[in-house]
Amino acid sequence: MNKVFNRRTLVVAIEVPILLLNSDRRDRKREMGLGIFTSMLLRRTIIQRSTKLLSPQSPIFNNSFVRPIVSTPELKNPEAAQADPVPDSPPLPPRSPVGGARVHFPNPEDAIEVFVDGYPVKIPKGFTVLQACEVAGVDIPRFCYHSRLSIAGNCRMCLVEVEKSPKPVASCAMPALPGMKIKTDTPMAKKAREGVMEFLLMNHPLDCPICDQGGECDLQDQSMAFGSDRGRFTEMKRSVVDKNLGPLVKTVMTRCIQCTRCVRFATEVAGVQDLGMLGRGSGEEIGTYVEKLMTSELSGNVIDICPVGALTSKPFAFKARNWELKGTESIDVMDAVGSNIRIDSRGPEVMRILPRLNEDINEEWISDKTRFCYDGLKRQRLNDPMIRGNDGRFKAVSWRDALAVVAEVMNQINPEEIVGIAGQLSDAESMMALKDLLNRMGSNNVWCEGNGMQTQADLRSGYLMNSSISGLEKADVFLLVGCQPRVEAAMVNARIRKAVRSNLAKVGYIGPPTDFNYEHQHLGTGPQTLLQIAEGRHPFCSAITNAKKPAIIVSAGLFEREDKDAIFSTVEAIAKNGNVIRPDWNGLNVLLLNAAQAAALDLGLIPESNKAIESAKFLYLMGADDVNLDKLQGDAFVVYQGHHGDNSVYRANVILPAAAFSEKEGTYENTEGFTQQTLPAVPTVGDARDDWKILRALSEVAGVKLPYDSLMDIRSRIRIVAPNLLSIDEREPATFSALIKPEFPHSMSSTPFKAAIENFYMTNSITRASKIMAQCSAQLAKK
Amino acid sequence: MFARQAAQRLLEIRQIFRQSPQASRSFSTALNYHIDTPDNNPNIRWEFNEANKEKAKEILSHYPSNYKQSAVIPLLDLAQQQHGGWLTVSAMNEVARIIEVAPIRVYEVATFYSMFNRSKVGKYHLLVCGTTPCMIRGSREIEEALLKHLGVKRNEVTKDGLFSVGEMECMGCCVNAPMITVADYSNGSEGYTYNYYEDVTPKRVVEIVEMLRKGEKPTPGTQNPNRIKAGPEGGNKTLLSEPPAPRCRDLEAC
Repeated sequence: MNKVFNRRTLVVAIEVPILLLNSDRRDRKREMGLGIFTSMLLRRTIIQRSTKLLSPQSPIFNNSFVRPIVSTPELKNPEAAQADPVPDSPPLPPRSPVGGARVHFPNPEDAIEVFVDGYPVKIPKGFTVLQACEVAGVDIPRFCYHSRLSIAGNCRMCLVEVEKSPKPVASCAMPALPGMKIKTDTPMAKKAREGVMEFLLMNHPLDCPICDQGGECDLQDQSMAFGSDRGRFTEMKRSVVDKNLGPLVKTVMTRCIQCTRCVRFATEVAGVQDLGMLGRGSGEEIGTYVEKLMTSELSGNVIDICPVGALTSKPFAFKARNWELKGTESIDVMDAVGSNIRIDSRGPEVMRILPRLNEDINEEWISDKTRFCYDGLKRQRLNDPMIRGNDGRFKAVSWRDALAVVAEVMNQINPEEIVGIAGQLSDAESMMALKDLLNRMGSNNVWCEGNGMQTQADLRSGYLMNSSISGLEKADVFLLVGCQPRVEAAMVNARIRKAVRSNLAKVGYIGPPTDFNYEHQHLGTGPQTLLQIAEGRHPFCSAITNAKKPAIIVSAGLFEREDKDAIFSTVEAIAKNGNVIRPDWNGLNVLLLNAAQAAALDLGLIPESNKAIESAKFLYLMGADDVNLDKLQGDAFVVYQGHHGDNSVYRANVILPAAAFSEKEGTYENTEGFTQQTLPAVPTVGDARDDWKILRALSEVAGVKLPYDSLMDIRSRIRIVAPNLLSIDEREPATFSALIKPEFPHSMSSTPFKAAIENFYMTNSITRASKIMAQCSAQLAKK
Repeated sequence: MFARQAAQRLLEIRQIFRQSPQASRSFSTALNYHIDTPDNNPNIRWEFNEANKEKAKEILSHYPSNYKQSAVIPLLDLAQQQHGGWLTVSAMNEVARIIEVAPIRVYEVATFYSMFNRSKVGKYHLLVCGTTPCMIRGSREIEEALLKHLGVKRNEVTKDGLFSVGEMECMGCCVNAPMITVADYSNGSEGYTYNYYEDVTPKRVVEIVEMLRKGEKPTPGTQNPNRIKAGPEGGNKTLLSEPPAPRCRDLEAC
């Protein structure tokens, strides 16, 4: 090397080390599987270094090129580095906030100005130094800080230099003060981070090659970006016993860096105080002390918030590396919340499901059912059209034969005896096609399961969550009517819990005894209590009338009751008495159970007669597995179009395989009227087709051709029926309030309310096929 | 060359493994997680006795009613005294019930403080100070003498259930180092004492143990007959005269 430098031209001498550096870094990158974040940072340092090499002080010119022991040699002597005259830089270009962070000023007078690396930013009073840096576009490394959890300040990774402060400051826990001069890029801050990182890595095992977090690990990324390239620790690393947290979360506690994010998440968001920090000093560990499974419907989120590989997904363990996966941004259909998810797939297989940020719906959490239902997509699938032979066994046939049989039967039957039921996972397009097909056949007996037989779809406010999911945070009194949000919609429950924690909201609950993860009053079990409140004879009435923003949430489970109209008019009476509906606040909400319900009601999928199933001769089930078919006549012809061999297949005469939500593009409306679309992440299974395509093909065979050949065509048809379903990622609130509804003279029965969902982990055909969900309901479901 | 280096490194690694297990100090008497045993599991009912219920009420009265959790340490201490020097899981659960927090919050406190024993200790729990001044003055020998005399290992209870030996951090008697503490749980929370025996020698600690075994109460404090409390051996050497009155300016003059 020396000789090379002496003889060759300057150009070569400079290029060689750059190449060396580059190749060295690149190799390491491949080994470690870095995140994009780090590689960007590295690229920056490489550029900086290569420019440094050009300067005459470069070590190349003095001596042979040796890689120094400390990755940032100038840090060895911070004073000397500081003494270097820093040339006055030109005015700094304005920077954009990290991750598009929005700054909301609750009170414009409370704005203060701080300087981050010389760049002035205006922030509201009460922001921390770290938040100020984020607004200024500087990403501070952190482990324990999480914007949705309380501040712990125990990892010390976010140290920055503040002028006139003798020591580096933990930015996550330090409130920003007016005129503060924050420096994030000084030798002091860099050295502090490097030191903290060395301490963190001291007891962290060198597990990266066998760790599931590899590639998306905060510690890995940040140690590459901010750490030293070697440690000085030669003693033994400590080891910690792994904990059993149930079938969803795998623990490798030796990797834990004690950031306590999981403890704070469990205590604050999930509301199950099971996890804690046990012991002290180097013996400190996260655990439950007594052997206890994590029985929260949000437990999967600790996998995401864990910055290292201590808590990882048990079903996903050792299945794939995150960089091998293709992410598809989609929508969850397990409940009516419509959580935003990313489906990570490899080839034809869904490998895992992760949450996507959506402040209005799911923030950044998802329920365990959403996260772990994916293995149900691989099991019990219908992959060929099938016809039940005379021996009662199914025989696989071609699409042509199957459709011909169905069309033939359909044409022979009286139009009034044709019934169609859409399943709870159906998208708006296919429901439109189903309704159009049946209408063309002369029948209007088409509805979506879960909506009951006496559906009122005239007013959207009668079936939507009118105060919106994020609006629930502002409420200060809740009245839950037959509604168990913890199992019906875990994300809505998280919002209610947030309101209970921050506004000290009171929660009154009418329904069967159930467990809540916040304080609540169990007012009663049935309609009598509801009547008492409506007539002002109940102590809870004063709570509603005195509330600033009262919210009543009625469960869609009541749709199935005979006295549904009477219950709803009683609830409306309560709303009227308690002034729940005002111009600026509509607190009368319905919490739907299924992803298809809202869109079905918007599209007008309503049964014509109450006895539709009893009189049906031809039943078209589009993924409907939870309808009670006991009353169906024995000679009725049942077509099941769906993706899973579930309950309804036992009664079906013909099976038409369809695509699951992960395999199709479809529009879904959530319980608050927010329209979103799924995107296909994986190809369909076997010979399965999209739901609307099957219906379109069937209509042609049956001689009543539907006038659409593409999703675009079908959407222009939807535009006529329910235009709000086309404004994607927008919430269309109900225009008229429920109070203009005519009163119903029916009286309520005295039957107490029933739980709408028996088992949180098994509510639809996908979850019933899932092995993980079966384990969960065996181990975690409350007995 | 590489082979030699590797061999050398291997040797170093072996050296590390060869360290005695005692080198890793255990401050606590138990693991940081609970394992069910016949005498320590959540199904055993545990509650404060009548006298201690009154005491617990008195302790709770020190704190505002919305900060009951502040009473966690005094209540755990009371529970430990009542239960013969150690805390079972059900005792911690009972404390959690009284102060209205999740049990894990109490476990966190109980595992943090080394003075809360979560495994069985003897009726007389002997704690040897292991911090630097005592260590220099021979606390290792004292511990060795105790362990040898009682025939137990550290944090192990003697067969008769009378004694156990543990290590403790500095107890503030460095001037009379080395010292041991005897936590006497033989008479429940009423007769509970926590006495310091200072200036001990390996011979003297054995004597103290034997006295305790006989039911005698050795005098706490310094065990050196030539010293009075923390004073120097053989009486005071300095500051012997009457201390002068404090200086004061002549008030009459001004």
